[in-house]
Parts: sequence; C-alpha cells; structure tokens
Amino acid sequence: MLHEPAPQSQEPDPAQEAKAKLGVKLFWVYCLIYAGFVVINTVEPKLMETKIMLGQNLAVVYGFGLIGLAIVMGLIYNHMCTRLEDTMRADAEKGE
Amino acid sequence: MIYEPSPVAVAMFILFVLFVIALSSWLGRRTKSAESYFAAGGTIHWSVNGIAFAGDYLSAASFLGICGMIATSGYDGFLYSIGYLAGWVVALFVVAEPMKRLGKYTFTDALDSKFNSKGIQLMAAISTLIVSMCYLIPQMVGAGALVTPLLGFPHYVGVIMVGSIVIFIVATAGMASTTYVQFLKGGLLIVFSTVLVIMLARNGLSTKPNDKYHEFVTLAAEVAADGTVTVQDEAYKVLGSQELDGHRFAKLEHGGLVNWWHVVADGFGTKLEEALSITKTADGAKLYNGAPKADGKFYQVGHMSKIVMDGKEVESTGPVGLLKFLSLVNDGVVVRFKKIRVADGDDAVAVYYQNPTPGSRVMRPGLKFKVDEGSKFWDKLNFISLMLALFFGTSALPHILIRYYTVPSPRCARKSTIVAISAIGFFYVLTLFMGIGAMVSGVIDVESGNMSAPLLAKLFGIPLFAVISAIAFATILGTVSGLIVAASGAVAHDLMDRFLRIEMTDKGKVMAGKLAAVGVGILAIILGIVFKGMNVSFLVGLAFAVAASANLPAILMLLFWKKTTAKGIAGSILVGMVSALTLILLSPTMFERYGLGRAAAPIPLDNPGIISIPLSFLTLVVISLMTQKKGETAEA
Repeated sequence: MLHEPAPQSQEPDPAQEAKAKLGVKLFWVYCLIYAGFVVINTVEPKLMETKIMLGQNLAVVYGFGLIGLAIVMGLIYNHMCTRLEDTMRADAEKGE
Repeated sequence: MIYEPSPVAVAMFILFVLFVIALSSWLGRRTKSAESYFAAGGTIHWSVNGIAFAGDYLSAASFLGICGMIATSGYDGFLYSIGYLAGWVVALFVVAEPMKRLGKYTFTDALDSKFNSKGIQLMAAISTLIVSMCYLIPQMVGAGALVTPLLGFPHYVGVIMVGSIVIFIVATAGMASTTYVQFLKGGLLIVFSTVLVIMLARNGLSTKPNDKYHEFVTLAAEVAADGTVTVQDEAYKVLGSQELDGHRFAKLEHGGLVNWWHVVADGFGTKLEEALSITKTADGAKLYNGAPKADGKFYQVGHMSKIVMDGKEVESTGPVGLLKFLSLVNDGVVVRFKKIRVADGDDAVAVYYQNPTPGSRVMRPGLKFKVDEGSKFWDKLNFISLMLALFFGTSALPHILIRYYTVPSPRCARKSTIVAISAIGFFYVLTLFMGIGAMVSGVIDVESGNMSAPLLAKLFGIPLFAVISAIAFATILGTVSGLIVAASGAVAHDLMDRFLRIEMTDKGKVMAGKLAAVGVGILAIILGIVFKGMNVSFLVGLAFAVAASANLPAILMLLFWKKTTAKGIAGSILVGMVSALTLILLSPTMFERYGLGRAAAPIPLDNPGIISIPLSFLTLVVISLMTQKKGETAEA
C-alpha cells in the first residue's frame, strides 16, 4: 500500500458526548450564517450587488466567506475535539 | 465541428484509462474478503481518504455542470458550489464520527445498529439504490457530453465506454481501487484547475477574447409599421421576420446561407445583430447557421463588450490579479447569448441572440433563479428548497457515507472530513473563476454548457485541454465508481446478506458485490443514454433532494432523539423517498421533458426538499410516538 493505517483502535471514547454537543453548537452557528445568505438572496437579491471590499460585491464576499468559514470552523472543531479526547482519555486512565 | 477531437487529448485519455485498469487489476488480486471489497479493509489513511472524498464528491456536476452553469448564468451557478460545500459542515459536525462508530460496510448498518430491523434494512437499501441511481444518471450524461467532443464519438458510445471501465474498476477491487482512483482524480483536478485559473488571470480580459473569435456583424436596418424589415446592405436578402417575447428576429440570406438576426433599436437607429441559429428541418437535417455542422459556420461565444479599468474604458487589460479579474467583470458589460425558439414553417429553429448584461447582474443571483423583481412566491420557494436540499443532502449521500468505513477510527473519519472540506472548498472557489472566465473568453458552446471548463482550457493550448479533458473524464470515473460500490453494497450486503439472510461465505459476499456492480453499471448506462441533454448540475441537485428527504431525517433523529423507533426510521425513509420522487416527476422541468409544457405541472416546484424533508421528519416523529415499546427505541 502507499500508506500506513493511522494508529487508532475502536476503543470506548469518553469524549464522545462532549464532542457531539460541541458539533451541534458549531452546526447551529454555521446554519444561521448560511440561512442569512439564503434569506438575503431570496428577499433582497439586489443587496448582493453592494460592493464590500477589494472591489468585490456582497455576493462574492459572502459566498467565499461561507466556504472559508467552513474550513476554519472545521479546523477549530478538530483542535477542540482532539484536546477533549486526549484530556478525557487521560482522566479516564487516571480514574482506573 | 465547433471543436475538433484532439489526438493529444485522446492519447491522455487512453493513458489514464490504461493506468486505472492496471491499478484496479493489481489491487483486485489483493481483494479477497468482504471487508476489503466493501470498505478497503478500513485501513485507508485519513489524509488519503480526505482527498478521495474530494475525488468522490467533485463529480461531473461540480466540474462540468457548475462551471457550465456559471458560464451561462453567472453567479447563480456558484450557488451550487456554496450549497454543496456547506453540506459538508453537517457531515463534519453531526454525522462523521457517529457514522463511523455505528456502521461497518454501509450506512444501513449504522441506521440499523440499534434495532436489527428488517424494515430499516429494506428501506435503507432501496433508498441507497435510488439515490445512487439519481446521482449516476448525471454522471453518465456528463460522460457522453465529454467524450463526444474529446474523442468524436456519439453520446451513447461515451456512456457505454465510461460504464464499462467503471464496471471493471469496481468489479476487480471494489472500494480499494475506487479509493485510489478517486484520490488520484481529486488531486489532479485541484492542481490543474489551479493552473487553469492562474493562466486565466495572466491572460486578463479583452473585448476580442481570442484570435479565432468570430466578429459578429451589425447591419443598418429599418422596420416598417407592419414589421417588414429592410437592410441597406444589398449583399443580404431579408426572407422574413417574427416577433417573439417582445423581440423581433429577421431571417436573412447571405452567400447562399440562411441565418437569423436580432432586431435592435437604440438611440442611433435600428440595426440587425448577427445571431447563432440551429435549424431542425422537416426532413430531420440539422443546420448550424444555415450549414451542416462540419462546415464550421457555427461559433463558440461569450465576450465582454465593455471593460472599465481604473476608471477608463479599455479593449484589453493584460494580466490581472484574481480578485481584480472578478471586479473588472463586475464593472463591465458581458455579452451572453440567450436562446429563443422560433417556429419557421415546418422547421424548428433555436436562435441564440446577443444579450448584453451588466457585469453587476452577472456577479449576483437572479439570472437563472427567479428571485429578483417579478418573481413569484413559488419561484422563491423553489430557490429556498434547492439551497435546503444542497445543505442537507451531502451528509445523506450513501456513496459519501460509506467512505467513513474505509478509515480505522472516528478520529480519522473527522480528520479526513476536514481534509475533504479544505480541498473541496478550494476547488469550489476556483469554479467561480473558471465559469466566469469561460463566460467572457469566447469558448462557450451554446449547445453544451457542460463543456465550458474543458473548452476554456483549450484556449491555453492543446496540452492543457488534453489534461483537463482527461481529468474531467477521470472525474466521472471516480464518482461513478463510488456510486456503484455504494449500490452494490446495498444489494449484496444490505439486501442479500442482512435482509434476505442468504447464507454466503466471505468469498460469496465479494462475488455477490461484484455481480451487483455489473447489474447497476448496466442500468446506469441505459439511463445515461435516455437522459441525454439534461444539465448535470440540475440532475445532481435532485439526487441531493432525494437523499436529504429519505436519509437525513433518519440519521439525525437516530442520533439525537431517544424515542426514535425502527418503524419510525423505516417509515420516514419511505415517505421521504416517495414524496421527493413524486414531486420531481410532477415538477415543471419534468413536464417540459414529457412535452406537456411547464405550465401543465400540478406543483410549480422543481426542487422538492422544502416539502419532502419536513414530511420525512414528521413521519418519523409520528410513527415513533405511535410505536413506543420498551427495548425498541434508540435509547435502548
């Protein structure tokens, strides 16, 4: 093969619940921002013509922003999840 | 021909196919167990899986369809990019880790993990098959659209070729070969799309976008009160005129050829602007600008009629930065070509006339989706429905969900999703540049918007066209492979093994999967031929709507509502699937395809999600509440 499998196993994950809660919170944040985009496009599409920055209109800035935000939020989510996993696994091991 | 088949492109294509076949054969010898066939043994590294996700997801709809839609309808096409990408947020934050934790080979495993229910096994398998089929059709249509200009074969030959190669890929090594084909294709697509966009910016903008671009003629004319058109140039003979949708079109003969012209009146008088026309004669012949296609009288189109740079009107800009490129288009005027149908005696004519559009209109929504002035309630609802389906569809696509079983752990599932979001997001940003670039670079084939991106590449030389075309072809191979793996898993694992409880050895399961792949592949070929000519992005939008309606409510409620029951899940899949499909079959677009006209459709909604998704949720809640039994809920 061209790679090695990641050294992970399907052991119980004490951070499972905390990660799920974090995921749902971040989902709602993104969902609201996405909904704002859809609402402007539906109700007041002309507003999207407004120039915002670097010669770009709101449509381009908001569209690129949604794509960029997904990447940034994904990285933050991964960072927080990894920290939760490591901390809670260490706590669980101490408890044992 | 508007563009000739290129020997270099053919060579690249053959090289790629041979490589894929060799790779599949090599991996096929290592694929012995059901786990290695359906889930590549669960040993794929998360970074490889992330790019393979991109290769799986960036289908013909993304590359050919979105670029084509942006090239013809501006920013509206980019809305698909935004919606498709936003859907990955649902996959990452809500679905990725639980799907990996609960499932084994297919997403039916995950849905059924707490119940062992025949109803879920049957419904989820049927849903997987239907969603995969809905998604397969546009890929196969895209294959035909691509192979025709690339290799010079008819549409059906392209569909059969793609189908046969993909059946070979899947039937040899299943998910392992599919993963590496997708990884390769995803990486190449992103790299060469970046190259294309950089070359586009270096090329800049010009009112005469390339040396071969046709100079559209304008004739001084007069229109009498009764509509009779006369031209001053005696080389042209007026054969008649018609008024349609507030525009007058004149039929002129010049040099033995008959073509159509658009009558335009402005402050300086009346003039005729040269248009493009495709005439289907009563005896079945097809004439392009009055001549057979092979005569080369038909042109690629799309240019800017006004470019304003640093406050001055210029003819060309020279190299510009990427953001400057977009702002220049925004501040200028783009000449698009609008289609109108003309009945001319026994002939049916499609006239494509020049439609100068302010760049500011091109760079915001409204050219395709009717959300602007004059739009009706149903138009706006249709738009919301589409954006809803795109947002919720991604995390419900079976061929995407099965990729979570190819990595070793939930953590790897999460990481690979982030790699996928980054790669896919970056590519979708490029689609805006490629689409707008094609729109103003004189490369659009009005008959096939889907070819805009490869034709844009051709502007920068045959080698880049050859590479981009081969990648576009690989794009289809990668996605179709994933879809066929998902569908074969539904047949062999969900239906035969789990639902029907057919006793099979591990080797037998692999054989069943391979046979199912052949069957699904053949069906996809037939449907790809039948649906020729439909916009691939539109068709994929419908697949998303069916997936979001049938699968997502079940996935979300299983994870977050403890009163969910097996009957509730099975019922919601059935209702979501049937309602979405029924609404699609009764939609204006389908009625147009039936030849009955859009107005005859009983529900003026092309995108069903806004009705079918809530209906599916409601069904799950009601049935679950009616079937509460201790030990049979998601909590148990």
